[in-house]
Amino acid sequence: MSVRKLPHRPEAPADKPPVTPDAAATAEDQGQTVATLPARGLAPRLAHAFAAPRAQRAALIPYLTGGHPDLQTSDRLIATLIDAGADIVELGIPFSDPIADGPVVQQSTHAALSAGITPDDVLGLAAAHSAAAPFVLLTYLNSVLAFGAERFFTRAATAGVEALVIPDLPLDEAAGRTVSLAREAGGLAALAAGAGVSLVPMATPTSTDERLELVAAAATSFVYCVAVTGVTGARAEVGAELPALLARLRQRTDAPLAVGFGISTAEQAAGVAGLADGVIIGSALIDAVTRAASPDDACAAARSLVSAASEAIAGG
Amino acid sequence: MTIQTRFGPYGGRFVPETLIPALDELTAAYEEVREDAAFQAELAYLLADYAGRPTPLFHAERLSARCGATILLKREDLCHTGAHKINNVLGQALLAKRMGKRRVIAETGAGQHGVATATACALLDLECVVYMGAEDVRRQELNVVRMRLLGATVVPVESGSRTLKDAMNEALRDWVTNVRETFYVIGSVAGPAPYPAMVRDFQAVIGAETIAQVRERFGHLPDEIVACVGGGSNAMGIFHAFRDLASVRLTGVEAAGEGLDGRHGAPLAKGSPGVLHGSYSYLLQDAWGQVAEAHSISAGLDYPGVGPEHSWLKDSGRAAYAAATDDEALAAFRTLAELEGIIPALESAHAVAYVLRGPSSAEPTAPSPSQTGRFTIPGEAEFDPAATRFARGDLVIVNLSGRGDKDVYEAGARLGALS
Ligand SMILES: Cc1ncc(COP(=O)(O)O)c(C=O)c1O
Repeated sequence: MSVRKLPHRPEAPADKPPVTPDAAATAEDQGQTVATLPARGLAPRLAHAFAAPRAQRAALIPYLTGGHPDLQTSDRLIATLIDAGADIVELGIPFSDPIADGPVVQQSTHAALSAGITPDDVLGLAAAHSAAAPFVLLTYLNSVLAFGAERFFTRAATAGVEALVIPDLPLDEAAGRTVSLAREAGGLAALAAGAGVSLVPMATPTSTDERLELVAAAATSFVYCVAVTGVTGARAEVGAELPALLARLRQRTDAPLAVGFGISTAEQAAGVAGLADGVIIGSALIDAVTRAASPDDACAAARSLVSAASEAIAGG
Repeated sequence: MTIQTRFGPYGGRFVPETLIPALDELTAAYEEVREDAAFQAELAYLLADYAGRPTPLFHAERLSARCGATILLKREDLCHTGAHKINNVLGQALLAKRMGKRRVIAETGAGQHGVATATACALLDLECVVYMGAEDVRRQELNVVRMRLLGATVVPVESGSRTLKDAMNEALRDWVTNVRETFYVIGSVAGPAPYPAMVRDFQAVIGAETIAQVRERFGHLPDEIVACVGGGSNAMGIFHAFRDLASVRLTGVEAAGEGLDGRHGAPLAKGSPGVLHGSYSYLLQDAWGQVAEAHSISAGLDYPGVGPEHSWLKDSGRAAYAAATDDEALAAFRTLAELEGIIPALESAHAVAYVLRGPSSAEPTAPSPSQTGRFTIPGEAEFDPAATRFARGDLVIVNLSGRGDKDVYEAGARLGALS
């Protein structure tokens, strides 16, 4: 499979009309906390993947840093994940200052940046594989802003990406209080929705009930549930705080709940799958890729981790 | 009164969701203590009897003669621990105590904020962890020793450029992980709301004192206030009281490093708006939004971002921003020592460098009306009007944010003064 190396920051594709998200035009800078968003249904392929993964089990969502360890290997790794049982693929856009990430993801993003990987490369990887699986991208906000938010969302949609996780964009900032970032559109979430991309709200063990109400109202594809109070990275134990968080969310929304941060073993994945609609495995996978001696080894390690998790989830 | 979270388009709270409840809690606690007489009295007491406030406003006569203007130095270098940083830290540490947080974390560049935080934690019996870039651990060794003596744990940060930006990344990661029991004492007017407004408020004592001192001494307002800008806290601290006094020019001085066309730390001069460390503000970044590494000889100015209120002061035109190079700062470091017997921090030396600078055709400075000849300028003979940016008789206040003990080895080696 070949990955098209995209030119440096090309202009927005002309085949998409300018984005005018009527639904959210009412949001005021300082007024409403959450702008009116289109109802769920923004991300049909994700919805399907959560509703009907292969054996009526939780969706398996492996996470990789896009372009790590290099563009060609990353391309092979994505194909491997899909082949080994991934229901949804999540790719990270490398950013210089990933404050929500622990050492393993940090190292992979710095390696990818040193190798010259750009947001365009990661969008290209998604475009090359999104026919085979639904795609979610994780990006820090500054990558979106520098690209031009509207252009970024449009490009993501064109690449077949249905949802974006932006860890440093909490939902009230996404909803329109950010004066100059997306004022006319009523906020970044509305701007993204207008382009056909869902911004995924995050829920954490520290979220108050009041915040979870906002999370529920902002969920247009799924909710990203952070299993631990902390940054990404493997944990010996996941989620003493998780069942309570999931229960509090279930009371407020029927949106799919995907759980990430700290899930590293097949056993942990199976445990979380019993509670949630999706299981995200990131650092453990990236660690295996980082340690591999060759691209072949990296693919073999990724395959064995994903198949093991897939089987454990199906069995559990 | 609610706390300002935006400055024009700048500011905000761009942090992981995990931290939002903590920022809400902090905002509520800060709103409460702003109106609380007992808290304010305790802070005022510590600022006076512990930190040594008010700091003097010193008429630097030989420097004045050299510059062709009346130069007053606001002596923040005389604060306990050697810099303005203690003003903010005492406020935040008292707040931590009141909120029942036993563990305090901080980031530090030059080590002055780290030393101030370690000091306040010793005083108030709080656990203290300071994140410091490994490069800064090397070049500000004196402050590392001080922090350890004060009982703090200093964690060298090896990621990225191994300077202030990376220390702040690591402090934020610690906070995300330990948020329930931890208070993050941010050292400048940066970070997510409510920090930029809260830190400004705690530093505003500098300008409040200055305005009273200058009025008492000279009977009128100054023409210009000059302060160095890293994150921007000493500058906001002295600017704030003068914000609505339109006749007073406010000038921030960023680090021009090796020159504004090379490596530097001047986001207001050369950056563009973006999001780093929780707020939307000017930032040094590449076309893809990757944050660029800053460079300055001064660890406290070696930062690619700047507090959001400065971005707004720049855009609105209320303040002007200049930049001084490493070499200019070094020269000013030596000049102030020789002329006034004051060794400034390399950060503060950037502000001194600005007043020492000759005329710049790129930045014409209009003579202030009706103020010429008000003062007898000592050493009048040295004054060459063609060689200065000031109108004759201008009254200029330089915020001398810190003292230079920490910099004597680094600067001495560069200046060849160590033999
Ligand atoms: C003496 C001194 N001045 C200035 C600064 C820069 O910080 P700010 O711009 O927040 O005043 C520092 C920071 O370490 C410092 O130690």
